[in-house]
Amino acid sequence: MKPSKEQQLWMYEQMLVSRYFEESIEKIYMEGKSPAFNMANGPIPGEMHLSNGQEPCAVGVCAHLEPSDIVTSTHRPHHVAIAKGVDLDRMAAEIFGKKTGLSGGRGGHMHIFDPKVNFSCSGIIAQGMGPAVGAALSRQMQRKAGIAVAFLGEGAANQGAFHESLNLAAVWKLPVVFVIEDNAWGISVAKSASTAIERNDQRAAAYGMPGHFVPGNDPLAIYEVAGEAIQRARRGEGPTLIEIETYRLAGHFMGDAEGYRPQGEKDALFARDPIPKLREHLKASEGWSDAEDAALVERSRARVDAAIAFARDSAYPDPEEALDKVFV
Amino acid sequence: MSTTIPAGMREMTYREAAREGLHEALTRDERVFLMGEDVGRYGGSYAVSLGFLEEFGPERIRDTPLSESAFVGAGIGAAIGGMRPIVEVMTVNFSLLAADQIINTAATYLHMSGGQINVPLVIRMATGGGLQLAAQHSHSLENLYAHVPGLKVLTPATVEDVRGMLATALADPDPVLIFEHILLYNRKGLLAADAGAVDIHRARIRRAGTQVSLITYGGSLWKCLEAAELLEQQGIDAEVLDLRTLRPLDDEAIMATVTRTRRVVIVDEGWRSGGISAEITARIHEQAFYELDVPVQRVCAAEVPIPYAKQLEDAALPQVADIVAAAGRLVKGND
Ligand SMILES: Cc1ncc(C[n+]2csc(CCOP(=O)(O)OP(=O)(O)O)c2C)c(N)n1
Repeated sequence: MKPSKEQQLWMYEQMLVSRYFEESIEKIYMEGKSPAFNMANGPIPGEMHLSNGQEPCAVGVCAHLEPSDIVTSTHRPHHVAIAKGVDLDRMAAEIFGKKTGLSGGRGGHMHIFDPKVNFSCSGIIAQGMGPAVGAALSRQMQRKAGIAVAFLGEGAANQGAFHESLNLAAVWKLPVVFVIEDNAWGISVAKSASTAIERNDQRAAAYGMPGHFVPGNDPLAIYEVAGEAIQRARRGEGPTLIEIETYRLAGHFMGDAEGYRPQGEKDALFARDPIPKLREHLKASEGWSDAEDAALVERSRARVDAAIAFARDSAYPDPEEALDKVFV
Repeated sequence: MSTTIPAGMREMTYREAAREGLHEALTRDERVFLMGEDVGRYGGSYAVSLGFLEEFGPERIRDTPLSESAFVGAGIGAAIGGMRPIVEVMTVNFSLLAADQIINTAATYLHMSGGQINVPLVIRMATGGGLQLAAQHSHSLENLYAHVPGLKVLTPATVEDVRGMLATALADPDPVLIFEHILLYNRKGLLAADAGAVDIHRARIRRAGTQVSLITYGGSLWKCLEAAELLEQQGIDAEVLDLRTLRPLDDEAIMATVTRTRRVVIVDEGWRSGGISAEITARIHEQAFYELDVPVQRVCAAEVPIPYAKQLEDAALPQVADIVAAAGRLVKGND
């Protein structure tokens, strides 16, 4: 199932938007945080986990999803949110802690919720797994179309919740796809130091489901593998586990000195940046012109700039709002 | 903080004091080892164990997989097996993934085994809000563990305590949880050159006063001390009692301060419903009701998940002004 040119361009555009979004956030995050780095200062406070380099995972999978399909994501959620169609203005505003944000400033960057497109994420590692299984269960029980996709990091695959959720999904033959974004690092801990096997797709066998590994951080290859898994789920044949080799081009979070990376690793990753690679492919194989590319880049930037401007211009929440939206 | 350091004292941050305590423990006792997420190469998410991997080696400074239930459980097993593990859980929020091991295993073994099996385990974790990390990273759930018999719950607020409580915790034959408030790590304090182990059963008066008692612990201690200074400007003489340990509570010290001032404000970054502030209020009621001139007041976190935006987070967490207002009302009356 190869993606059409149109689908490839859709993926490319989401990747561009995602990357510009992260680059913009990165710059703004540092405002007010020097000379002394204090997380609580500046227009964007708190922790900030950027997804630069991991865009292929998001677009290759979400290209197959409808708004009615459910996605749970992680503490590193922006790329997936963008590919799932989360409202960019309101996501930016949420990250700025503004009244117009998706959660009115209550959630921040690790807690992006957009029920219009069935997107949520969590700051607790592997926490989205169970809810994704349950979302799939709700579709199955209501005989409704729609599947669930749980994104997680390779580090999260060592949580009990991961194993329990795979087993449950398989036993109940639920329409859910588990997507591991393997960026090789759980903060400073290398996959090889935390995971007893080399590739997590091998773990699928223990739960009686198909497992696939996608090397090379390649959106087109991800598209094919994810498409198969998602079709399988839609046909009612049960869950699939996919592990994707991807690259974290940023630190774990902003302010991470990345002293744990072997020398030269970052350079090697940048040389394999998936965005220029996809651009070259489009030019070589799909007749994509420089002029078209420049226009798309321009449009993507403009979309991000508009979202950031919306966020900056929005008002901060009133303190009393801290006390609503909860029952006590 | 004063600019001149008194003779025989050293100035250091809470982080440095925690590090010294850990360093001393690792140096003194071969059985002690540290495990948790990113404690090795990264040096701990709050940089408390920076350099330890190089100094003590990977046997004793162990980076774990993201598996809180497994590595806290492993800490229990290793402790029973003769080691003296110090388990670091990044924040109390993540300890919920290991709550079964802490509450159903560590806390129960001694009693359930008829006194045969002690679990000499120490778990350190960060707690509290104030850095705009939103609900899943900002809660003060030490209250929850203070509910559980079989656990000791320590909440060091000073450099002396964060350094010295660890040694006492390690000498304890039973499970001890130590909560370090995230806003304290960069805070400086004075430490005696010969500082060492400290008791973990006694609350301490951090500021003597006569008209109202501010009873608190952990990160809120410093807000209370600040509030006490502001109250002094209003002519109100506040006493500040640092509980230091939430389980067991030092009833004697609590009743003594109640008897002295006859007015009490309890300040807790945890939620009020079912929290330690409720427990303290009940004990005062049981043991010192007739010593009170006015009902006990509480300044706690608002009953909401701690929100992200600064305006909202500030509104949800206890602030100095809230403490001053509550204490002022007690002393001056409501008019
Ligand atoms: C239960 C839990 N434990 C620890 C953390 C702290 N933490 C946040 S991100 C992270 C690493 C996650 O690694 P991985 O799952 O590989 O995702 P990545 O960050 O690489 O995208 C850790 C340990 C957490 N948020 N939740």
